[in-house]
This record gives sequence, C-alpha cells and structure tokens, in this order.
Amino acid sequence: MLAAFPAGARRAVIACLALAAAMLAAGGECAAASLGDRFDPVEVHGFLEVRGGGRIREDAHAKDASVLDLRVQCEASTQTDWAQFKLKQDIWHDGILGRVEGDTREAWMFLRPTDNLDLKLGRQVLTWGTGDLVFLNDLFPKDWQSFFIGRDDEYLKAPSDSVKASLFFGRLNVDLVLTPLFASDRFITGRYISYWDGSRGALTGGDAGLDYERPDRWAADAEYALRLYRSVGAFELAAYGYFGFWKNPGGADARGTAIFPRLHVYGASVRGPLAGGIANAEFAYYDSTEDRGGRNPGINNSELRYLVGYARELCRDCTGSVQYYVEQLLGYDSYAATFNGRRRRDEFRHVLTVQVSKLLMNQNLELAVSGYWSPSDADAYLRPRIVYKWTDDIRQEIGANIFTGDHLGTMFGQYRNNSNLYMALRYSF
Amino acid sequence: MRHVCGVVAVAFCLAWLAAWSHAGEAVSARSVVEMSNHASLYQGRDCRGTTTMIITDKQGRTRKRQFNMLRLDCGARDGDQKYFVYFVEPSDVRKMVFMVHKHVGAEADDDRWLYMPSLDLVKRIAASDKRTSFVGSDFLYEDISGRNPSEDFHELIPADGPFHVVRGTPRNPGAVEFAAYVAHIDKTTWLPMRIEYHKADGRPYRIIEVLEVELVAAAEQGRPVAYPTVVRSVARDLETGSRTEMVFSDIRYNSGLEDALFTERYLRRAPREVLP
Repeated sequence: MLAAFPAGARRAVIACLALAAAMLAAGGECAAASLGDRFDPVEVHGFLEVRGGGRIREDAHAKDASVLDLRVQCEASTQTDWAQFKLKQDIWHDGILGRVEGDTREAWMFLRPTDNLDLKLGRQVLTWGTGDLVFLNDLFPKDWQSFFIGRDDEYLKAPSDSVKASLFFGRLNVDLVLTPLFASDRFITGRYISYWDGSRGALTGGDAGLDYERPDRWAADAEYALRLYRSVGAFELAAYGYFGFWKNPGGADARGTAIFPRLHVYGASVRGPLAGGIANAEFAYYDSTEDRGGRNPGINNSELRYLVGYARELCRDCTGSVQYYVEQLLGYDSYAATFNGRRRRDEFRHVLTVQVSKLLMNQNLELAVSGYWSPSDADAYLRPRIVYKWTDDIRQEIGANIFTGDHLGTMFGQYRNNSNLYMALRYSF
Repeated sequence: MRHVCGVVAVAFCLAWLAAWSHAGEAVSARSVVEMSNHASLYQGRDCRGTTTMIITDKQGRTRKRQFNMLRLDCGARDGDQKYFVYFVEPSDVRKMVFMVHKHVGAEADDDRWLYMPSLDLVKRIAASDKRTSFVGSDFLYEDISGRNPSEDFHELIPADGPFHVVRGTPRNPGAVEFAAYVAHIDKTTWLPMRIEYHKADGRPYRIIEVLEVELVAAAEQGRPVAYPTVVRSVARDLETGSRTEMVFSDIRYNSGLEDALFTERYLRRAPREVLP
C-alpha cells in the first residue's frame, strides 16, 4: 500500500512511526520506573487547510492553477524532566502534481544538559539574522517555490536535519549548527514556477525542468553554521559564519548541469531601537571558494551583501518597515569578460523592500502588503494579503504574488508569467 | 505582565501631583497613586500565573485567549520589569512567546520581542503605542504592563466610604484616546477596583472593574505574607459593546525567577516554568 505514496510521504510516515516508537519506548521505560522519569501527556495540535490559486497571466510553460493543496498538519509534543520532544508532520494532496505529498517539518529532541548548554537534535526549522524576508547570514534552507505560489509564510523555511548546540556564557552566546548532509533551498525547478534559463536564453518550466546535481555525500558534504551573539543594552550584536555550498544552483558544469559550488559566508549584524522604531543593519561576504578570482564563468563569483532596515509604528495597530539591500558582485571585470549569456548581471543589484501591516476589527482582520523593488534590475515583486479570523479556529486568507519586470533575465522579471491570486481556508485544532 | 500579577493593573494611571495642586491634596494624591501603582503591579519580587481572557462581542460571539506568564522586577523599587508571556490558546498562536523589557524612565520605550516557533523567528516589535488592544481583547497593552504615573496629572476627589477616588488627566492628551479617568482605589488593599475612562465631553466609554480579589500566600525574605491579588476582572468597551473577562489563576509569588529567563535563550525554548 505504501508504494502508492511518493517517497517523501513514505519517509514522513516512517519518521512519524520512528519518533512515536521512541516516545513509547521511553514511556515504557518510565512505566517500568527504570528511569524514574515521566513523560507528560502528549499534546496534539494542527490544522486542516484547503488552498487554491491560479495564474493571472497565461504561461505557456505551466498550468493555469498555481497552487491546489488539501493539507493536514499535525504536531505532537511531550516532555520529561530532562528533554522535550516534538514531531510536526504535513501530508497534503498536491493538485498541481496530482499526488499525495508528505513533509516532516520537525522531529527533534531538545536537551538542556548543563546550565550553559542547549542541544536540539533532529529535523528542525532554523532562522537567524535581522532581515525581514531578506536573508544574508541565514543560510538555512528556504522554500522559495512555496513562497512564490502563495503557501503560508511558515513554508518559506524548509527544515534541516541538524544538530544545534547553543552555549551561553552571559557576555557571549554561541550557536553551532551541524548539518551532516547538505540541504539546498527548495529552489525553482520549473515544476510550479516557470523561470529564465540563461543557458538557453528562454523561459522554461513544466517537464522540461531543471537538470541539477546536488552534493549528496553524508559527512563529506556537511554544512556548518555559526553565530556568536550578545546584547549591549537594548542592542543585539551578532557575528556569523557558514561553511557549505551555494543554496541555489550556483553554476553549471561542462554538460550544462546545474551545480552547487562550495561557499563560505562571513557576516555581522546589529539590531536595536532608534527614533521610536527598530533599526537593523547586516553585512555578509559570500566567498565562492571554488572560483575566488571570478575567472570561471561556470561558477558564481564571490559577493558582498549589505542590508539596512527600519521598522516603526505608523498609526494604531499599523506597522511599516523599509529595507535597502545591495548585492555586489566581486571580480566583476572577470565576470564581464567571460560572460557569454544573453543578459549580463550588473555589478550592483539594489533592492528596496517595503512592508505595511494593519490590524482591524479587534485584530481579527489583517491587511498586509510586502513589496520588493529593484531599480537596477527594473523589476518588482508585490505580496498583498488579507487574513480574517472568523473564529479562534477558522481563518481565511486571500492574497497575491505579483511579479513584474522589464527583462526576462532578472530575479523577479523572469517570473512575470507566474503572477498569481490565491485563497485559503484553515481550521486549527 | 505586571498586571498579570495584579491583573487589572489599569490603575497605573495614577501620577504625580500637578504643580498647581493644593499642597495638602498633593501629598495624599501622590501617596494614593504610588500605593495603588505598587499594589497593582509590583507585589512580590516576581510573579507567575495563567491568564485566561474571554472576549465577548456585541453579538455574543466569544473568543478565548490563554497565556502563562512570568514577571520579574529589576532595578529600583517600582521601576523596570521583565515579562515573559507564553501563549496556550487559541491554537494558531500556541507556543508563541511575547517578551517585554519594560522601562519606566521618561521617554524610554519598552523593548518587545515575539518568537514565532513555526519559523524559529525572533522578531523585534516596533510598535510603541501602548494604547492598543492586547491580543485583540478589551484590555490595552498599557492595562497589562502598566501606565507610567508620571504621564498623568492626578487629583484626589474627596470621598467617604471604602475607596479613594482619583481623577487623572493626561499630560499629553494627543497621545491617548481618553480625556480623563476616574479610579476607585480600595483604602485597604490599594487596588484600583474600578476605572472609568471619559471622552472630552465627559461621556464614559470604557470601564474596567475588579470582580474578585484573593489573598495569595507567599514568603518574603523568609516571612509569610499575603498579597491581595486581582483574580477576576472585566473590561467593557461601551462604544462597541464588547467586553473581556480576565481570570488570573495558578498564581505564585517570589518563586525565585532568574533574570536569565528573560533572554533570547528562553524565548526560543520556553522554560519549564511557563509550559502547560
């Protein structure tokens, strides 16, 4: 029977069973009083959701529908005196692919073995950094596909199978994340979203999806992420390091297969109150170690990335933020000299983001809009959204993802035929 | 929240006497305001408990909010505080954490964070307006975390009976939605038992009332004490017809909460003290 389900769903079910077995086994030991510990009763929560959306413009490379999910998410958690456990599982029927899919979003054990050490082991969602929907030093996997087709914001972050160790020394805290097998972003492959294939100089999508090769050797293709942070008064300072791979295809081999070259990232951030609001600044150096000189056109050049942002209340129950983000391509002359595609990148990519959110009707109605605009790429991405809570358990959402741009070869311009409108209804329990 | 520990903390609204006040009244108004501010927000060095709110709109539809909270006083007497709020209900905000470092000094905004577990995201909250609804209820943020007494002028209205009656008017009327309020403060416990907020034409539009006070036993420097604590109160919005009843339960004072609980470490992984 399991064969009727795709591998993802099977893995998900097996992960569920494994964690349930672990909990029961531990529970059994408790019952036998061999550990003397007791598990708290397992708490179960989740939601049922139907979500549908369609393209606003015709796209020869994709279906008219952009998202068609019938989804159940279930989470179970429990704890003992010495640990916490959580399992969060999604299973949904994906109308675009025409099959049942599964994803274990969380399956972890958390331990606090000493006063200054926390350990979280297993599948988990990880986030750090100061950007709002802009990520510089957060190299944990993202799911841009889900984000662009209008799934809940939660799905922008994809899970990692990692060990996170956090050390707390008062003046300085350290987070270390080891991911034994590289987890790329869930990048655009053409399955849901058509995209610009620079090598062919054309839009592509559907079955003609991306051909790629991902690092897949356990331990040898591990990722390491590091954060050092501390507070100074109301200001939060952090330094970051990452040792792994470009999270999206960062080049192509001689056969034209997309590859994920090695990448090191070093950065820093600061966030704190300023003039009645919250200001943040972040910086990152992307060291593309396999092509430091920038002479190999098949591998991404190194980059510098900068972000400054400011958020504040605009009126009652209404907040707004602006961010200015810059990507600077290093070794630009080498890049320009060896580039042989249709549209060359600029040395600097400038992006301005704006977000405004307003709560109404006792905070049961939320009107929100996020926008990205790049004057250098002459493209933009707009995400308007309305969420209404009919009751504490029932929530309805209507939103859109609107892409526009002068050129098909830019970040948002390539998706302009994927602009979509979606609606969702969710029952939480 | 402070209020949490004294729930209806609404009474914070009492302030220093205005310079123009009569000298005799000034002393007593100031002391009433100080005592009330202390009783509603600052009893014990720390406090923890569960707050349940039932919000009922004009049509009788209800919504429920439940959260476990920790409060710790830091610094000078009746000064800065830290709050840790762990949401239990409704289910779509379950396990979210709201943390506040409250600053009492002039012009200092509170520092506020929100942790969203589904994204593992620690968000810094930019909102600075304290006169907004707390979690969609008829209590305002300031009702929960306290209004700095120095933001209002206060005047003691002579009254017989069990209550001191204080009338407060904002020093900066443009920053708040009320023109004045009248607080009835219990002469024994110093808790504000009823606060009525008025518009400029004198019309009351918002009322907070205490429905039940309990003496909560605790130890203070090794000695047994009992803190009068608001355990049931109601906020009514006369303009919208909405009301919120707030119940404070499982209350413990002086349980030795540590300052380290109010940091990013525990924001990301809540301490056992607040887990259900």
